[in-house]
Amino acid sequence: MSLYAVQKALYELNRSESRQAAYRTDRSAAVEGYDLTMEEAGAIVDADIGLLYHFGVNGQILMHFAAFNGIAWPDYLQLMRDGIATHGPVREGIYALSGYEGTAEHSARLGQREGVQ
Amino acid sequence: MSVVFAGVCSHAPGITGRAELADPAVRDPFYAAYREMGEALRATRPDAVVIVAAEHFANFFMDKMPSFAIGMADHYDGPIEDPEWLRIERQRMPGNAALSKRLITEVMETVDVAYCEEWKFDHGIMVPLHFLTPESDVPVIPVNVNCQGPPLAPLHRAWALGEALRRAADEVPERIALIGTGGISHWPATPDSGKINEEWDRDFLDRWCRNDRTALLDYDDATTYAVAGQGGFEIRTFLVVSAAAAGAPGTLRFYAPIPIFAVGCTVADYDLTSRAA
Repeated sequence: MSLYAVQKALYELNRSESRQAAYRTDRSAAVEGYDLTMEEAGAIVDADIGLLYHFGVNGQILMHFAAFNGIAWPDYLQLMRDGIATHGPVREGIYALSGYEGTAEHSARLGQREGVQ
Repeated sequence: MSVVFAGVCSHAPGITGRAELADPAVRDPFYAAYREMGEALRATRPDAVVIVAAEHFANFFMDKMPSFAIGMADHYDGPIEDPEWLRIERQRMPGNAALSKRLITEVMETVDVAYCEEWKFDHGIMVPLHFLTPESDVPVIPVNVNCQGPPLAPLHRAWALGEALRRAADEVPERIALIGTGGISHWPATPDSGKINEEWDRDFLDRWCRNDRTALLDYDDATTYAVAGQGGFEIRTFLVVSAAAAGAPGTLRFYAPIPIFAVGCTVADYDLTSRAA
């Protein structure tokens, strides 16, 4: 398990158009050269957001990777929640769930109409 | 010359990327305040906008993570994110390498910074510029404060960076607009995204507007993380601007929590014409 290596692979993919082009044609290319376990490499190849979040990947890295994979915002949030439900709490890194009702309920409590347009 | 404008604003990607999902009753006044700040900034006829941001792994990673970095290029490209996701077109923005070099040289008299001849802008800079300089006609000088990968520079060092930037701006003939951009309390890009501690935000903004150095430095990262999320670490960017404003009083132009934008949306500036500044 190397959170550092997982994050580095994603960081370099996120910021390189040439790496992104390679990923689109052969996803396994994105994990070559990094010291990853089979599970870690598989999570990147499969764009498994929930598992990557469970590993402890920083959300600012994961969010960009999700956007690159065309994952819509609410789906991105749900995939992370599903990952925790399936795999357990975040293994490593700076994250811990703090408890949150979700944006729809929060907006309603503030008297804001979310998603009205 | 010196600093001719100093303000702070939010930069969350949802501000542009999820615009249609927010309630217009709160979104539109926020956008209006943001654009008004842009008009006020441009009215000061700045030669450059120095934008102090908390970038999100677009340029810096834990292999070599500087506490502070300043761009030194004649142009910058962004956004690094999918433009359709952020809803800001990929573009090239002007910089000013020679001015950067002079500012960096002076800053280094008291604060060590990394200098960068390459820099890709992410939403942390692209969203503010989208509202503040929509024509991309003012050279930009990016400044980064590591707020993402601990260990982070202590708050008093962010303050020292602000003082150094002010001193550097005072040394050059160009007119400098200074923008700090970050969230206050927020839990960005996590399952808790949208959570906002409004009470904590308003207390922080009260300290910011009073430009009370003692009160602004009276935070510790463990408590901030617990009550304001990992996004609360970005108060460092606001503190840099406070220090550069040298005691000037501030005005909060807009604040409202907008959960779908994942942040308490903020626009505020300092009155640099006051005697304290």
